[in-house]
Amino acid sequence: MNDTINHINFDVESIRKDFPILNREVNGKPLVYFDNAATSQTPRQVIDVIVDYYTNYNSNIHRGVHSLSQEATDLYEQARLKIQEHVNAKYNHEIIFTSGTTHGINLVATGFSSLLKPSDEVLVSALEHHSNIVPWQMLCERTGALLKVIPMNEEGELVIDTYENLLSEQTKLVFVNHISNALGTINPIETIIKKAHKVGAAVLIDGAQSCPHIKPNVQELDVDFYVTSAHKMCGPTGVGMLYGKEEWLRKLPPYQGGGEMIAEVTFEKTTYADLPHKFEAGTPNIAGGIAFGAAIDYMNKVGFDVIATYEHKLLEYATAQLLAIDGLKIYGTAKEKTAVISFNIEHIHPYDIGTILDKMGIAVRTGHHCAQPIMDFYKIPGTVRASFAFYNTKAEIDALVQGVKKAKMMLS
Amino acid sequence: MTITEIQNEIIDEFGMFDDWEERYQYMIDLGKTLPLINEQYKTQDYIIKGCQSKVWVHAEMNDDKVKFTADSDAIITKGIIAILIRVFSNQHPKDIIEANTDFIDKIGLKEHLSPTRANGLVSMIKQLKMYAIAYQTQLN
Repeated sequence: MNDTINHINFDVESIRKDFPILNREVNGKPLVYFDNAATSQTPRQVIDVIVDYYTNYNSNIHRGVHSLSQEATDLYEQARLKIQEHVNAKYNHEIIFTSGTTHGINLVATGFSSLLKPSDEVLVSALEHHSNIVPWQMLCERTGALLKVIPMNEEGELVIDTYENLLSEQTKLVFVNHISNALGTINPIETIIKKAHKVGAAVLIDGAQSCPHIKPNVQELDVDFYVTSAHKMCGPTGVGMLYGKEEWLRKLPPYQGGGEMIAEVTFEKTTYADLPHKFEAGTPNIAGGIAFGAAIDYMNKVGFDVIATYEHKLLEYATAQLLAIDGLKIYGTAKEKTAVISFNIEHIHPYDIGTILDKMGIAVRTGHHCAQPIMDFYKIPGTVRASFAFYNTKAEIDALVQGVKKAKMMLS
Repeated sequence: MTITEIQNEIIDEFGMFDDWEERYQYMIDLGKTLPLINEQYKTQDYIIKGCQSKVWVHAEMNDDKVKFTADSDAIITKGIIAILIRVFSNQHPKDIIEANTDFIDKIGLKEHLSPTRANGLVSMIKQLKMYAIAYQTQLN
């Protein structure tokens, strides 16, 4: 089935053949996977790279003189270059391999412990995932700095006027996600970064939800830190990246001590390795890093423009179909949003809907999506969240709509 | 009836259902008929926090038997609670302590008692047993 969208000939059935997991059944029904905002599926091209690594190159990197180690190091460093190119970083040493977004955030938050004082303020948005709230709360507890919140409106958008009022010379850091995981809102990060820089504050953008849909341009954004995870963008779990401007990465102290991150060690004093290794203590997830690079290759081959256009069509279609169900309410109706629909049906608990959908082979997320402050804002226990990827189809959305209708009938 | 007899009765009842839909519809209906916990016990003191659904449990002892009432904000969770209450309520503390919950596997609801399900049911069973242990101590 070819799906012609805005003059783009996008052969979704051919794309689906790249993803072996999409052939499996769940509870006797074909899997309909709509939990992409939690973890995307992995194409054969990326799985092959992992298998190839363990079959042909497995060894430790950066230190060996033997050929295997050299080859593995080359592949790993090539992956770093791919990430650099993908986010348009100026230098490859501004790309730090991490275990994922949470690791990247904690690395920066811990680094700032020595740079903040009690009168300083840090701003975090009301739309954040717990992983972009808790490390900053911990940072504030350690330093005595004050954590302030950029509020959101009913549509799930940040209130930029209030943000401007919150900014002052005391503001040292601002943390915002590029896209909200719970609602799909695309935040105006260009504006947020510009305004923060005017008062001299650094900005960290959590790109976990944006990287599957948008190619970030860190130089154009002039962002200080940008973090993401490979498993949200067709890569493996347990690997991600932190982009940091060189000047900031030089300023921050090392996060963990260990091998790889040192230049020289004596019992009197250790000197640290240069960037990026200063932040990469211990043997990294080598296969994961290389596969991260392969995932970027894969997504580029499909094309981010095509992905964005196709997913937007899915979003529009699903939104219209779901809203036709009586009593269904969508949370997060920002003008700028990605292919995420968070919803509830009147008088029905999201957990019940998710349970019935699972019996029908449809994977959605239910609960607070690690964003309790957003649920508190709407005064709800949670939502059902369907998040789409470019390998999903309209037929799958029809299955979801039928499933929701059935759940509603059974549960009402 | 003993706990084992009630469990066997429930296994027989569920044996009549042909597919998951009938099983779940039955549970949902059970959830709707569950005698609600007295509102005064629907507080933080009696809550068992699951990540997804909340469960409230209250216990009291009359004539050496423990009587449980409970509620949840999710109906399927409530249906399973109704089954658990039917099994464990109005029993001697010692019998509650010694009872197992294998029957849940046999009626095809095992997934709801998985510790990773985060619906509060695993903690609820622990709580029922804790109440039973406390009352047993009073009897000794």
